[in-house]
Amino acid sequence: MTTTPTSAAAASMDAKVREAVGSADRPEPVGPVASSLIFTHRALLKIKHVPEQLFDVTMFPILFTLMFTYIFGGAIAGSTGQYLEYLAPGILVQTVVMITMYTAMTINNDIKKGVFDRIRSLPVWRPSLMVGALLGDTLRYTMASAVILVVTMLIGYRPPGGVAGVVTAVLLLLLFCFSVSWIWTLLGMKLRSPESVMGVSMMVLFPLTFLSNVFVPIDTMPDWLQPVVEHNPVSILVDAVRSLMVGDPHGGSILQVLVISGVLVAIFGPLTMRAYSRKS
Amino acid sequence: MSDFAIETTGLVKVFGEHRAVDGVDLQVAPGGVYGVLGPNGAGKTTTIRMLATLLKPDGGSARVLGHDVVTESHQVRSRVAMTGQFASLDEDLTGLENLVMLAKLYGYRGTAARDRADQLLDAFDLTEAGTKQVKSYSGGMRRRIDIAGSIVVRPDLMFLDEPTTGLDPRSRNQVWDIVRALVGAGTTVLLTTQYLDEADQLADRIAVIDRGKVIAEGTTGELKASVGTGALRIRVADPADRDRAGVLLAEALGGEPVTEKDPYALSLNVSSPGDVPAALVRVREHGVDVSEFSLGQPSLDEVFLALTGEHVADVESTDSEVPA
Repeated sequence: MTTTPTSAAAASMDAKVREAVGSADRPEPVGPVASSLIFTHRALLKIKHVPEQLFDVTMFPILFTLMFTYIFGGAIAGSTGQYLEYLAPGILVQTVVMITMYTAMTINNDIKKGVFDRIRSLPVWRPSLMVGALLGDTLRYTMASAVILVVTMLIGYRPPGGVAGVVTAVLLLLLFCFSVSWIWTLLGMKLRSPESVMGVSMMVLFPLTFLSNVFVPIDTMPDWLQPVVEHNPVSILVDAVRSLMVGDPHGGSILQVLVISGVLVAIFGPLTMRAYSRKS
Repeated sequence: MSDFAIETTGLVKVFGEHRAVDGVDLQVAPGGVYGVLGPNGAGKTTTIRMLATLLKPDGGSARVLGHDVVTESHQVRSRVAMTGQFASLDEDLTGLENLVMLAKLYGYRGTAARDRADQLLDAFDLTEAGTKQVKSYSGGMRRRIDIAGSIVVRPDLMFLDEPTTGLDPRSRNQVWDIVRALVGAGTTVLLTTQYLDEADQLADRIAVIDRGKVIAEGTTGELKASVGTGALRIRVADPADRDRAGVLLAEALGGEPVTEKDPYALSLNVSSPGDVPAALVRVREHGVDVSEFSLGQPSLDEVFLALTGEHVADVESTDSEVPA
């Protein structure tokens, strides 16, 4: 050390910095659950500062519900009222699954801004950043679900499954979306820009949500297409959600959704973490 | 277990065809500031990222505070901190929220996290800015909040990657004061820089890196001695006189005159600065008009020239920036 602080201000700053740095506190780093929740809190703070990002979980669902009900209702089911019975659970699934792609864009942004480096160099459970972010996203999915339910009920939908049926259906949907999001965390890390992330996730999500029983029953489709649509995870999820909201739970499809969710996390969780550790 | 804070042997990192780090050997003693000096693309950032466990080496080994960076990365992470070239905090959040989040992650609970964040904001002169989003901060404020984030728990070793690049002189001085305070509190600092001046101000020892290799290592004094005590730069009034001026100066002062791209300019490494006035008078007496002259500490370019025989600019054109 060859030089001394050049001014009184620097000297006082120096003393304060010394004191702050000199703090010998070395608390035990937090555990996995606590660190995940801290990152969830971060996601909520971001919503507070950038409320525009709630646009996709409010306007998007309202538009989708109204558009599809009034455009297709008459043609498909004879009346919008009857169609709503069929469509409401489907549009709920479709809309919420669609907005999962924003997860990938958030992750991609974090990498660009260097937040990733900071967090990766912390002595906390490594997946907690992703888990925390996804839990925060789950809150967004819940808001979107609530918006859709309110809108559909305003235009006359009365779920026969009652409160219990609707709540279980939404919980199942949230679990599925949490699991699907691990695909997006991986994509968010592998792709270069938010734009390419958007492009790729659209390419995956459009066929996945439209080649399903969201809008029309599978038996109205051509024979060759039916097996594809039947095995589409989104169709299975719609089946399960519909059965719960109708009040006639369909154990088979519910179980399948649980298995699919587990498999998604088991595959894309470790792949995401591998990409996270190797990210240069 | 070694006594060094950092010890690397033959460290290598390859990006595709490009050997960004090509066999770096470093031995950094604990305490004080160690400077890593080099131009853009020399491999400074890549080296630091490997030492901070953010990047896996492709060859060689590195021990940080006695722990292997690959097999014991968790132990390394709990004792080091890194501040990159860009502020690595969440820009959407306020400075206070960022620091509270980090304090909580480091294990401060409840109000202790808030108290620690307040203390750091005060120490770094950011109390007022604490409630504003980081995206609204100036360059100097960002650098300070970033460093504050790195010392929530005092690291034993701190990596500072070009901490003053792009800062105005006042902010740069503040960062220097912070670095000195860190060292005073017992933290070892490894600092990369493109400025010899900065390394000279702060570092006890310096390694000069070029194209992924350490090309010189020593105290600032030793390094400067290797390039002469200073450099004399002159501009002549008529470019036709430049060569003649070079010959005259070389006769009087020794050393090799170096011509620059500017057709009027000429520089020369000088080992005895006291002889410079007489030499300039001699040039004048031979009818060469000198429009400008300066005598200064050797620049990074001159250190490079002395060590590699190439200008920094030449090095940069054949070497690419390290991917982020």
